[in-house]
Amino acid sequence: MNAAVGAAVESRSSPLATLGRLVRRNVWTLGLLVILALLLVATKIIQPSYGPAGIQGLAISVLPLALAAAAQTSAVLARGIDLSIGSMMALTSVVSARLMDDQTEGFAILVVAGVLILGLVIGAVNGALVVFTRVPDIVVTLAMLFVWAGAALLVLNTPGGGSAKWLSDLTRGPLFTDWLPQAAVLLVAVVAVIWIPIRRSRLGLSIYAVGSDPLAAFRSGVSVTRTKIFSYMLAGLFSAIGGLALTATTGIGTPVPGPYTLMSVAAVVLGGVSLAGGRGGIFGPVIAVIILSLLRTDMTFLNVDTNLATVAQGLILVGVVMVGSLIQMRRER
Amino acid sequence: MSGVADATTTTRPSWMTASGIRTLVREHPMVPLVGLLALLVALSEVIRPGIVSPNWAGVLLRGAVPLAILAACQTITMLTAGIDLSVGAVASMSGFLVATLVGDTGLVLAIVIALAVSALVGLVNGIGAGVFKVHPLIMTLGMSLVVLGLANVWQVMRVQTGSGVPTEFRQLGANLFFGFIPVNLLLFVPLALLVIFTLNRTGFGRLLYAIGDNPVASRLSGAKSWQVLAVLYLISGVLAGIAGFLFSGLTNTASVTLADSALLPSVAAAVIGGTSIFGGRGTYSGTIIGALILTVISSILSSLGYPEAVRQILFGSMIVFVAAAYTRITTD
Repeated sequence: MNAAVGAAVESRSSPLATLGRLVRRNVWTLGLLVILALLLVATKIIQPSYGPAGIQGLAISVLPLALAAAAQTSAVLARGIDLSIGSMMALTSVVSARLMDDQTEGFAILVVAGVLILGLVIGAVNGALVVFTRVPDIVVTLAMLFVWAGAALLVLNTPGGGSAKWLSDLTRGPLFTDWLPQAAVLLVAVVAVIWIPIRRSRLGLSIYAVGSDPLAAFRSGVSVTRTKIFSYMLAGLFSAIGGLALTATTGIGTPVPGPYTLMSVAAVVLGGVSLAGGRGGIFGPVIAVIILSLLRTDMTFLNVDTNLATVAQGLILVGVVMVGSLIQMRRER
Repeated sequence: MSGVADATTTTRPSWMTASGIRTLVREHPMVPLVGLLALLVALSEVIRPGIVSPNWAGVLLRGAVPLAILAACQTITMLTAGIDLSVGAVASMSGFLVATLVGDTGLVLAIVIALAVSALVGLVNGIGAGVFKVHPLIMTLGMSLVVLGLANVWQVMRVQTGSGVPTEFRQLGANLFFGFIPVNLLLFVPLALLVIFTLNRTGFGRLLYAIGDNPVASRLSGAKSWQVLAVLYLISGVLAGIAGFLFSGLTNTASVTLADSALLPSVAAAVIGGTSIFGGRGTYSGTIIGALILTVISSILSSLGYPEAVRQILFGSMIVFVAAAYTRITTD
């Protein structure tokens, strides 16, 4: 809602004021970026040999998780939640791996396009079921978690298939300099190319409107039905890209869903997106995912038991949200 | 469910019309649930003639009981518009804890320790959700990571992995009296009656419905919601701990991820049983039927001999279908 007003004012105000507003509006995301930068410095201090190779490994391991976070953000912003993201990623991953196995590089382009459409379709199924059955989002997507996971098992019973070379190459290696992993560039490019036009369009505005107050949005003439279905389609699309990323980075398709769904919920909350909908952006959760992965790496360097790293992840999740809601409570007082 | 369509075309007696059925269902939400359960049992008999026997029912009931206890956690927390995603981790942890401690401390002390830890996890959940106003979804998700991690650390410390499920648990969780009455009913029936009694007949139960139905009104009427939530999630933790004993006894394994796969079905059981995820509406008796329905569905699916993939697809579709039908009948 604020975006339209903001944009109108922005065009008339001084660049400095614009910058100030931009900072104020994205204070959470900028805070996360600062934390990320500090963490990278800390990592370098802990492990002086941490360099381009480490950053590339980080970018590759983060790629599917970050796309899952983007998918969850799309659903949560419109006051939904999608618990089937992990299964959708598994399904799209095995479909792509099975179709690309032993095929020409050119055919793989068709496969990628087809898988993206598949993502939109299964997302639309989720959204349509949520809207038309009027069953709570969390229940519908919980049930669809089983459906898509079962479908993935139908496509490939055991891990297998293959990935086209160009697709795998997209995620491997550096770009221009050793310090810039291609996977990171790909991630930022994909999210930006899909999200920024939507964010600036009428549809993006209606996603935020429906997320803030569905009734008010409905009375202002926004189609809640269409907006919700669209937000789930977007979640499906990001999940499909996540599935392709899984196939590309591992070289095979795995039918068993990874821990992506619950981690994506965690990332969304840490990324400053309100679970009540309508507040936050897509880059916050993506950065939150990188921070979580880097923390895990650091703990490995420090020889912390990986199980304690899991504990730490849980505590960070709870702690950050506690602090966030404490700030909120003090502000309201 | 299909009765709705038939009823609109015939229309003679008043209770057979669509609105009549709606009223009936709204006032007696158990009717369609029990009807669906009976239908599913009949379906089992049709698919595999002769399969329905006392022993079949006993085995199903035995499997449904631990799920129903976990679903109790979801029911009571959903009444306040919450959810408890830590029950899978807590149940696994408690079963594992007893199995690894029983050799050193004896059964009673091991049970006390396991339940105390479960209660502590629940209390932390409740304080996070009640005092710090963290969304229960996030709070319990975070705590489940904490519990899983700590349970793994404990596992590494003890090395010994889960060979020590106490005989008492195995008898309680897996045995059948006369070949068809599950022993775990000895624990479950009093527990279920207690939950139902608490929800229907005590002030605490009323408070749960009040907070879920209208948090602002209940606050203005003097309900201390943080105290209620702290106790509520503590109870939820203890229930999950108890369910863990039955899971470990039923499968004769103790693993730190044993009950994880029951987490999502426990949410589904509560929802199918008519508990609203938005709070204020739901009964435990409905949830018990919900757990039975899920158990019968998975038994039908496995008796059909379909591969795992098809079973999962049908299972998910049925949850959507039942929830949709229920919502359609009871709302508007």
